[in-house]
Amino acid sequence: MAKRSNEPILWVLFSAGGVVAAFLIPVLLFLLFLAFPLGWIESPSYTGLLGLVRLPITRVVLFILCFFSLFHWAHRFRYTLYDGLQIKHLNQLIFPFCYGGALVGSVLAGYILWNMG
Amino acid sequence: MSGARQDPAYTEFRPRWYRAHVSTWWWMGRWSYLKFILREISSVFVAWFVAELLLALTALSSGPQDYAGFQEFLRDPVVVAVNLISLFFVTFHAITWFNLAPKAMAVRVGGKRIPDLWIAGPNYLAWAGVSAIVAWFLLRA
Repeated sequence: MAKRSNEPILWVLFSAGGVVAAFLIPVLLFLLFLAFPLGWIESPSYTGLLGLVRLPITRVVLFILCFFSLFHWAHRFRYTLYDGLQIKHLNQLIFPFCYGGALVGSVLAGYILWNMG
Repeated sequence: MSGARQDPAYTEFRPRWYRAHVSTWWWMGRWSYLKFILREISSVFVAWFVAELLLALTALSSGPQDYAGFQEFLRDPVVVAVNLISLFFVTFHAITWFNLAPKAMAVRVGGKRIPDLWIAGPNYLAWAGVSAIVAWFLLRA
C-alpha cells in the first residue's frame, strides 16, 4: 500500500485557519491592541472584559481561533520558507519548527483559557 | 568489480541535472509575485496576533495591575508600529482570502459558472457581520 500523505490534513488545518483568521483577527486586533489602548475608542472596563472572557463560549471561540490560526501560520510559513527562501533542503528543521510551534502554542492557549474559568 | 549492475536505472553515474538558477529575490520582479509573498508573510502576523492575544489573556487573568501594565506595553511606539503593520497584513490576508473563495468554489448553475461576486460578496458581508458582532460584544463588556 502506498504511504498515505499527511498533507491533506495539514492543508485542511491551514484552510480552516485562513477562514477564522480572516473573519476574526482584523476586528480583534484593531479594537484590543490599537483602538482601546490608544484611546481611539473608549475601552471596556477590566471587570467587564474579564467577565466576557470567562464565559465558556468566549473561551471556546478563542481556543478555536488560536488553534486554527497557528496551524494556518505553520503551513503557510513552511511554504514561504520553501518558495521564498528556497530552503526546502532544511525540511527536517522547518517541519518540526512550524507544526511543533503550532502545537506548543495551541497547548499553551488551551492551558491559559482553561485556567481562566 | 565482477558483478555488473543488473539495473542500469540505479547507476551512480548520471548526467548532471539541469536546474535553472532562481534568485532568492525572484518575487521582487513583478507585482503579482510580490503580492504572493506578502500574502504568504501575512501568516507571520497571524501568529504574532495569537501570541499577543495569549499575553493579553495572561495579563487579564493575573489582575488589574498586570492588565494595566499590558495596556502600557501596547502604547509603546514600537508595539504600536508592529500592530499597525500587523493590521495591514491581517486585513490583506482577509481580502485575498475572500477573493480566492470564488476560485476555490467554482459553482455552476445550469452549466454556467456563477459570477465570482456571488461567492465573494456574501463572504464580505459575513466578514462585516462577524466584525460588527465581535465589536458589539467587546464594546458592551
